[in-house]
Amino acid sequence: MKKYTKDFLVSLYTTMYKIRNFEEKAIKLYRDGLIRGYFHPYLGEEAIATGVCAAMDEKDYITSTHRGHGHCLAWGADLKIMFAEVLGKENGYCKGLGGSMHIADYTKHNLGANGIVGSGVPIAVGAALGISIRKEKQMVSTFISDGGSNNGSFLEGLNLAAAWKLPVLFVIENNQYAVSTPIAESTGETELYKRGIGFGVESVRLDGNDVLEVYNTAKSFVDRCKKGEGPFLMECVTFRKSGHHVNDPGLYLPKDKLDHYELHDALLIGKKYLNELAGLSENDIIDIENLAMAEIKEAIEFAIKSPEMSKENFLKFVEEY
Amino acid sequence: MVEKREIMYRDALNEALKEEMIRDDKVFIMGEGIAERGGSYKVTVGLLEQFGKQRVFDTPISENGFTGAGVGAALTGMRPVVEILFVDFSMLVLDQIINQAAKFRFMSAKTASVPLVLRTQGGIGNGLAAQHSQSLEALFYHIPGLRLVMPSTPYDAKGLLKAAIRCDDPVIFLEHKLLYMNKGEVPEEEYIIPLGEADIKKQGTDLTIIAWSGMVPKVMEAAEILSKDGISAEVVDPRTLVPLDKTAIINSVKKTEHVLIVQEAVRRGGVGSDISSIIQEEAFDYLDSPVRILAGLNTPCPFNLNLEKAVIPQVDDIVKAAREVLYIV
Repeated sequence: MKKYTKDFLVSLYTTMYKIRNFEEKAIKLYRDGLIRGYFHPYLGEEAIATGVCAAMDEKDYITSTHRGHGHCLAWGADLKIMFAEVLGKENGYCKGLGGSMHIADYTKHNLGANGIVGSGVPIAVGAALGISIRKEKQMVSTFISDGGSNNGSFLEGLNLAAAWKLPVLFVIENNQYAVSTPIAESTGETELYKRGIGFGVESVRLDGNDVLEVYNTAKSFVDRCKKGEGPFLMECVTFRKSGHHVNDPGLYLPKDKLDHYELHDALLIGKKYLNELAGLSENDIIDIENLAMAEIKEAIEFAIKSPEMSKENFLKFVEEY
Repeated sequence: MVEKREIMYRDALNEALKEEMIRDDKVFIMGEGIAERGGSYKVTVGLLEQFGKQRVFDTPISENGFTGAGVGAALTGMRPVVEILFVDFSMLVLDQIINQAAKFRFMSAKTASVPLVLRTQGGIGNGLAAQHSQSLEALFYHIPGLRLVMPSTPYDAKGLLKAAIRCDDPVIFLEHKLLYMNKGEVPEEEYIIPLGEADIKKQGTDLTIIAWSGMVPKVMEAAEILSKDGISAEVVDPRTLVPLDKTAIINSVKKTEHVLIVQEAVRRGGVGSDISSIIQEEAFDYLDSPVRILAGLNTPCPFNLNLEKAVIPQVDDIVKAAREVLYIV
């Protein structure tokens, strides 16, 4: 068994816990009318963003999806600025002009969530193309869903990265549903990693709820991308624990699957690792959770108190468009 | 005294690319058959040899994918020039242009920019039929966040392409398929034409004819014919449709009090209609007759060469419309 430091395991768990609770608190804020528009929770998929981002370093890049809060937080986004953005406030990541589906932090190489399913993939390929032209030791991870993997943008991007041997890691988050349509109704081959093989890209399928499995696979691919061996593809099998967005109760999600994934939950698996590999007790874990929760509560207060951009400032901002 | 030099539109574009690639190693170009082959219209000839395959390379036939790659490269510090062989094929990349490139600077509250140039080619001519014969500028004109450039001469093509490459926002650079072999004066020394400055192609006093891209040579020919009949037409070429040089247009209208807009694109929903509405809002009291728009018919383009000519304004049509605007029939 590979050795992991206690700090590393704690940081993985903390990130997953923050994502889970960011989403749950945000859903409450949505129900209270404080968050408007569309809000797509990442509930159940936390291990994927956490494991992949932990394998990368800050000079690398990510592109995210419409279900993007988890990727941003795993990449190191500030909870206060995240909450401020989803509440549409001026000190959010996009000054309230982007919102949940468009959070990005270009200065930190987060190329953003994307409201158009699949469209982040060619953009990731382009970031990798720039890296390749500049001959830098960087790489790009692009997150995509099973739904997005049926889009031409994904397939064209995958082919371009393969043709040009670019340092891209394609991360398919197979949560088994595209809005409400199960993957088996969307394609003739539900093992999506095979698409990578069809394009000549080394590809694997793994348990997307097991943060260490995700991390280990990603780490190997990230390192190999930087040696010029890319691209790679990993299909992370997971399950969306809720509807497509906050207002979708997800009644089409089968009970047996929900029950299965309730026991095979990313946070439960993360907790097991803290206990078995880092020797932490139940109380130690509660302490970690309390610390993270205090941060979340502080961030929500900050966001609620934050001002919105004035109409005057907005009109000045848009003059040149 | 610098000796006058005449070169072709396509060579002027080639020079602009070459000079900008020498100046800035972040500039690179990609497109279908642009490297070894030098492009269908020979705009990129010699660039592969000079700059190598890292900066000049062919793409698969994946317009959406490689344009998106241009967007991603631009977002992360590069200055890509992406060539789409025909503007008709750019319909495959509208998501990356309209939903992505045009939005990032806005949605990021100006923390991101997309310095991407999308070079493509449109217009009618040579019997290429309905899927390769369209003037689609109105689609891009409509979208906030894009610049739109449509040069009509070699001089404008070179100076505007250099400005487009240096622009921090996405630029749609629309060339015209009939202009590539046209010759015009282009100085040896470096120059740039800022985006948003119209050019008065011919001074005149009786009426203003506004035209861009492939219509400009036809309008110039018509203006010559009109001048023989004692009619002095002023020809205004906006050169960039976004930003549009409203001042130059309005000043000319105030001077001549008569306006003809000549547009190759179909009449319905065209840029000409918008220019006309700007004139009536800002210079109505100066007008001596209604603003006239002479445009393409609202139809796909036929293959047959004679019928092809029938769907877009010809020199005779321009002369006739100009006389009608002046009530000289």
